[in-house]
Amino acid sequence: MSWTRKVLRVNLTEGTCTPEPLNMEWAHDYLGQRGLATKYLVEETDPKVDPLSPGNKMIMATGPLTGTMASTGGRYSVITKGPLTGAIACSNSGGFIGNEFKNAGWDMIIFEGKSPKPVYLYIENDLTELRPADHLWGKSAWEADEMLHKDHQDPNLKIAVVGRPAEAGCLFAAIVNDLHRAAGRSGVGTVMASKNLKAVAVRGTLGIAAPENPDAFFEAVADGKEVLAENAVTGEGLPTYGTQVLMNVINSVGGLPAHNMRDVGFDKAENISGEAMHEPRASDGKPNLTTNGACFGCTIACGRISTIDKTHFSIKDQADKPQYQGASGGLEYEAAWSLGADTGVDDLDALTYVNFLCNEDAIDPITLGCTIAAAMELFEDGKITLEDTGGIDLRFGNAKALVEVIELTISGEGFGADIGQGSKRLCEKYGDPDLSMSVKGLEFPAYDPRGIQGIGLNYATSNRGACHVRGYTIASEVLGIPVKTDQNDAEGKPELVKAFQDATALVDSAGICLFTTFAWGMDNIAPQIDAACEGDWSVDKCLEAGERIWNMERMYNNAAGFTSDDDTLPKRLLKEAVKSGPTKGNVSRLGEMLPKYYEIRGWSDKGIPSSETISRLGL
Amino acid sequence: MKMYLELYASLMHLLPPGKARFKREITVASDAVVQDVIDEYKVPMELAHIVLVNGKFVCDDRDKHLLKEDDVLSIWPPVAGG
Repeated sequence: MSWTRKVLRVNLTEGTCTPEPLNMEWAHDYLGQRGLATKYLVEETDPKVDPLSPGNKMIMATGPLTGTMASTGGRYSVITKGPLTGAIACSNSGGFIGNEFKNAGWDMIIFEGKSPKPVYLYIENDLTELRPADHLWGKSAWEADEMLHKDHQDPNLKIAVVGRPAEAGCLFAAIVNDLHRAAGRSGVGTVMASKNLKAVAVRGTLGIAAPENPDAFFEAVADGKEVLAENAVTGEGLPTYGTQVLMNVINSVGGLPAHNMRDVGFDKAENISGEAMHEPRASDGKPNLTTNGACFGCTIACGRISTIDKTHFSIKDQADKPQYQGASGGLEYEAAWSLGADTGVDDLDALTYVNFLCNEDAIDPITLGCTIAAAMELFEDGKITLEDTGGIDLRFGNAKALVEVIELTISGEGFGADIGQGSKRLCEKYGDPDLSMSVKGLEFPAYDPRGIQGIGLNYATSNRGACHVRGYTIASEVLGIPVKTDQNDAEGKPELVKAFQDATALVDSAGICLFTTFAWGMDNIAPQIDAACEGDWSVDKCLEAGERIWNMERMYNNAAGFTSDDDTLPKRLLKEAVKSGPTKGNVSRLGEMLPKYYEIRGWSDKGIPSSETISRLGL
Repeated sequence: MKMYLELYASLMHLLPPGKARFKREITVASDAVVQDVIDEYKVPMELAHIVLVNGKFVCDDRDKHLLKEDDVLSIWPPVAGG
């Protein structure tokens, strides 16, 4: 079982909430969460729809393992057409709300239309109501969260909410749940706000249906947890140092982009690393890192909880704002890189503060940091002036300018409105579109395609734009998981990228966290799904479902107007060689990898799935 | 000869006393190989997972890879992120 077999359809235009049965035929082919919700989106919407129009739909979806005893089984995803890219958007989040959806009896919630006035969706098991949210509109995600908890007098209420940037039209707004977790990328929060939907507040007490084969399920789950506990990465490395342990690794191997990817290598990377977060500060003798944290059902606990020095410039005049004075969701590697190395800022507490702001007001820190980095390069090139920035001296490395421009972005005022459009539109406006470090309009994460070849192919072909968690080949190319491949080789990378992309699509459809795959292979995951769900979920069936999901997303993008011309990287990464360090002289060799990738995918040389591929995958 | 050793994450406590976070200047024999330094500083075999010399991976030939003057040897335990 493990699916609740129930979908809640919320028509915001009409103000109705209607239950309907889950399409089990589709569930057998697309599993849940990312895959199954995308199937619904594909079937119900026009791929050419304006992402911010009422015709777009937004789906919040759990997987069959969400809410179960499977380790990390608390994930949910938001699927829609993204406003930043115009491509399929699928953003995955942890925390606790996924479990709550499931316990309330819902596999997924489909939002359609647009409410005439601000509303929030309240769910208490079968009670589902759209309620007025005029009092929440204009509030930060954290303020709205607190108000809803107070209104309902229920500390166990789980809330997913958008902040002020989403309301103001920032194209990379996130949906924050449980204060510190987010469906972060592609602007899913902007879509939510465009529908006048401020929040979803859920309480579920129905419990989770028994797995299809309980004995096999408990055995597979216990085996999986043992593997995670005994693995050096998931049992020790991630809980101790979090994702931030990568800062020095990636910098040392010549894969850390810096200064809007003008450089590879950041000479101050160690100051913003996971190890530095453990060090007592000279100012107050306390470390930035307070403790680690876990999402629902997680036995890894990679999350960072941090505290800023009270005398730090970012908060010393904000003693009346307790949300910045105490411990809160701290820096993960991607945010530390984009807000730090890419902008040249090595002030750990300043980065922690702006990361708090990203959580408080629900914006994607990767796109935010990269867009500011692009603005900094334009500023240093003289194409953005002090007049444009409203007097902010937007040079690389200026921590105070970083803070100021992010505060403006949150309010949507002045130059902040330009930042809120993302780097592609910003660079076009200021006359140098090649300085946008993005693919399909989505900004890069923290790995340089010149220094690590396979990840460049993954970025170029990722269905939601430049994204590391569509196919995290870094695991193999740098970290040696499951086997080490040479980061400088192009050969063999098409096969590696395809394998990672397909497996990830399946993991993202199951309700578990991608980080389990640092220890688990599909032979650990498939038995858990197979025992939980009806039908055959062997390793081969799981991998086939992953490939099916990937191709379905590709076909959606093709129908939306994307072509093989969009499977590319910025000129800088294809033509400007790395200037120094162990990968000196490298450019991305995308051109060598892409034709082979198309071939093994069963696509034409224009990137279109062949009729044989479509037929083989039952699409 | 003089070279540099960097130990990261849970290996930092194996560094000899010094001021820098991760890096120490050390002296090794002129014919030292990577494995000699790993052994000298008591880095457990299973924790010498990512091993770099001047930023380049040394995987299977640690007992043959000769070190040179001013080389930087960097070592991590198994780690990951995302």
